[in-house]
Amino acid sequence: MELTYVPLFAVLVSLVAVVPILLSSHRPNLREFWTILAAVIKFGLVLMLLPSAVRGETVVLDIIEIAPNVPLQLAADPFGVFFAVIASGLWIFTSFYSIGYMRGAGEKKQTRYFASFAVCLSSTIGIAFSGNLLTFVIFYEILTLATYPLVIHKENKEAIAGGREYLAYTLTAGLMLVAAAAMTYYLTGTMDFRPGGVYGGLDISAPMMLAVFMLFLGGVGVKAGIMPIHSWLPTAMVAPTPVSALLHAVAVVKSGVFGIIRVVGYVFGSDAMADYSLNDILMVIAGITIICASLLAFRQDNLKRRLAYSTVGHLSYIVLGAALITPLGMTGGIMHIAAHATMKITLFFCAGAIYVNLHKENISDLNGIAKVMPWTMGAFVIGSMGLAGIPPLNGFVSKWYLAIGSLEGGMLVPVLILVISGLLNVGYFFPIIWRAYFKKGGPELEKYGEASPFMVVPIMVTAILSIVFGLFPDLFFHFFELASAISNAIFNGGT
Amino acid sequence: MIETHLPAIISLNFLAFSVLIPLFGIWKRELCQPLASLGAGISAVFSVYGFIYYLNEIPLRYLFGGWEPPVGIEFVYDGLSAFVIVVINVIAFIVLIHSRQLAVNEFPNKQMAYYSVAMLLMLGFNGMVLTGDLFNLFVFLEIASLSMYALIAIGDRAAPFSAFRYLIIGTAGGTLYLLGVGFLYTVTGTLNIIDMAPMLPEFAGNTAVITAVILMIVGIGTKAALFPMHGWLPDSYTYAASSSSALIAPIGTKVAAYVLIRVMLYLFGIELLDLVVPISYTVGVLACIGILYGSIMAIAQNELKRMLAYSSISQIGYIIMGISLANPFGFIGALLHILNHAVMKACLFMVAANLRHKEGHSDISLFEHSYRRKYPWTMFSFSVAAISMVGLPPLAGFFSKWYLVLGTVEADNWLFLAVILISSLLNAVYFFRVLEKVYMKNPDDEVPVQDHVGENNEVQPSMLYPTMVFAVGLILIGIFNVAIVAMIMNMIPSGF
Repeated sequence: MELTYVPLFAVLVSLVAVVPILLSSHRPNLREFWTILAAVIKFGLVLMLLPSAVRGETVVLDIIEIAPNVPLQLAADPFGVFFAVIASGLWIFTSFYSIGYMRGAGEKKQTRYFASFAVCLSSTIGIAFSGNLLTFVIFYEILTLATYPLVIHKENKEAIAGGREYLAYTLTAGLMLVAAAAMTYYLTGTMDFRPGGVYGGLDISAPMMLAVFMLFLGGVGVKAGIMPIHSWLPTAMVAPTPVSALLHAVAVVKSGVFGIIRVVGYVFGSDAMADYSLNDILMVIAGITIICASLLAFRQDNLKRRLAYSTVGHLSYIVLGAALITPLGMTGGIMHIAAHATMKITLFFCAGAIYVNLHKENISDLNGIAKVMPWTMGAFVIGSMGLAGIPPLNGFVSKWYLAIGSLEGGMLVPVLILVISGLLNVGYFFPIIWRAYFKKGGPELEKYGEASPFMVVPIMVTAILSIVFGLFPDLFFHFFELASAISNAIFNGGT
Repeated sequence: MIETHLPAIISLNFLAFSVLIPLFGIWKRELCQPLASLGAGISAVFSVYGFIYYLNEIPLRYLFGGWEPPVGIEFVYDGLSAFVIVVINVIAFIVLIHSRQLAVNEFPNKQMAYYSVAMLLMLGFNGMVLTGDLFNLFVFLEIASLSMYALIAIGDRAAPFSAFRYLIIGTAGGTLYLLGVGFLYTVTGTLNIIDMAPMLPEFAGNTAVITAVILMIVGIGTKAALFPMHGWLPDSYTYAASSSSALIAPIGTKVAAYVLIRVMLYLFGIELLDLVVPISYTVGVLACIGILYGSIMAIAQNELKRMLAYSSISQIGYIIMGISLANPFGFIGALLHILNHAVMKACLFMVAANLRHKEGHSDISLFEHSYRRKYPWTMFSFSVAAISMVGLPPLAGFFSKWYLVLGTVEADNWLFLAVILISSLLNAVYFFRVLEKVYMKNPDDEVPVQDHVGENNEVQPSMLYPTMVFAVGLILIGIFNVAIVAMIMNMIPSGF
């Protein structure tokens, strides 16, 4: 079957859907129908690319020449398809959940919300399928812009301040990325992403390499939430919860770590990373971020903010996987993209359901809620235990490979960091569970029941997915197979 | 053959219309604006035709009346001048269509004079771009400047004063340029650019030549509002009538920037320019200061037109910086930005005009979220142009920035690179400030949001469509920039 145009359609379908979404602004049911339809079609298109990706093939499409000799190129390689499957698949659940959430919370300007959401997904898939740096930059900036209306959705002072902080960080990052791309083009004469990198075998001075690397790190690191440039992420939690769930736990932040792996594996390559000791920088940053973010999570009473710090920490697991520059470490990092996505989206969904149903957003108010919302809290337990890395949930698999990967590289400190971080994860999630299950709630809880099925069903599905993929990582989507293939391509320089 | 007379047709057409307009205007005042649009339209069509026709031809040296220089007047129609001519004439055409209702509202009794002078202004600009002679360039410069003073004086109560101020500064600039030309004439004995260029290397290091370069750059820099010769610009653009600022702002400084390219890169060439004094670097540093100064001042403004005026100072800095880099990417960036910025600024000043027309003001602090309902398409155009100014892909502004960035990287000029990046952020600050006001309710309002914030009150099609044309143009230029860049690449001066 001819797949050439499938990546383009996969990017465009949600962009096209913006038009009917805007046109049916006065008929909410129809409008949400378009969102769901676009989500399902998008996922279907991405799935069409899966078999060839599993075989290690890349579907390349040059759309138009966007700069002299640089095409706007979509290349659905295994890594891109891996990310696209996760983002587009979870968009379906998020769309259903959004309907329940936005209507339950009585939010205004829902048309703008659903339209922006669709644009965000288009650019996320665009990022996943970017075949070269310039294409990546273009979709990366569109994602920044499309997320902005979602961050400021509430239009109160807090939201506007959050929006400004968000733009300040991400626009600066975008510019650093532009500079880094320009310098790469100048130094290597190409902007392509190649497994194994384009910097190998070039004689470039160490300060220059460091400068380019730091610009890249600033560029993609902001969205990846590495410290000390992570603070926009907790602030961006003023957005409606589905935004936090899909964009600020999956699409946007994963675009950041996706970018880091692209930069490490496809621009610099493991040899250049090691030759110039760039991986050490990355590893130190990742290690510090993992520990500090987990510690900071303890201090947050606001549930979404605690989850946000947890996200910051877990994103750096993936960064750590890239920094190890060992095949198994890379596999672990890539696996964690999928693992963290399903678990963290579950947790955010839970937080949103609690907010819409009980109007509570602080952890100290959650006493006894497990009695009222048993399904939601059950899913919460699954998600949080998974993130702590308890087998057989899917957080365990990725962590295991990260640990083996660091041993493979002869390093013990990363293993130690992983262990400590696992304990800290238990430490900051357990109080929530303990309050929900074992503390007695106030009498006002009795008038409430479980949240709307629009929310509970997606929660349960993502929670179940966390378990299923923990037990069978190769089921349906061949996540593990893909991750190993990607890592193999990066380190052996071929497909 | 019409093709061989194109330079004359394009420019003299404006002269004819500047006379026709008063003749018809006495009879029927309403005819002035259509005639002016028609005049600009004819020139625009011919310039586009000429640009395509001469795309792969050798440059045309057009001798008026067949008289050879130094006696006759020579126009040079090569890729570069043809490109700039297309940009200014097409933009003038669209701006003049847009001005119809504004003219009726803002200066109903001066329409005849206004449009006649506007034609003279375009004659001056076209002549400046096309001429092959340094002295004729001065003549056309003065025609354009005098018309500009007159156009700016039609406006608010403060307009005559700002026009007078511009007159003083502009005349000084023009005189300095003329002085520089005089020096060159005494040394080389010719005024013709093509004749003079090969002679200059013989006089490399000659004090008179170096003085001449500096005088000419200062003189043209004044017209281009290169920092620190920019003082005339903010007041002029702010107080001039909306239609004048929409006409002058996009193209006035661009033509001066074009003359800088001619003088710096074609007449002298980069080697000669930097032989004794590092002139190109100095100009680049001034451009950088202008970029930062303009952006910072723009943040501090409350009046939309004034903000745009300061932003112009900053953007002209991009163009001049690109010229000063003197490498292919810098050159591409500069020329692409001449086009992009002209379209962006025309669009933005039209939005300001539309708002003034409907709301009676363009004071940012009074903007409110009802505008997005009242003027959805005007605000859409504003958003597109603003995002393009910030330089986000896939809009046009991103690509000129991209080539400039490549140019700075190629020149190993990290200072300039940092300036471009920082200024993009500053642009974001002042444009998102406006977007926030327009698209979001004021968080201090305790009144619950009404779903129905205002009726659609969009401006009439004669104003809306020209604005939209530019907004859509920005998207198209961005996506298809390679086609334009390929043409620009043919214009890259030798010696890079």
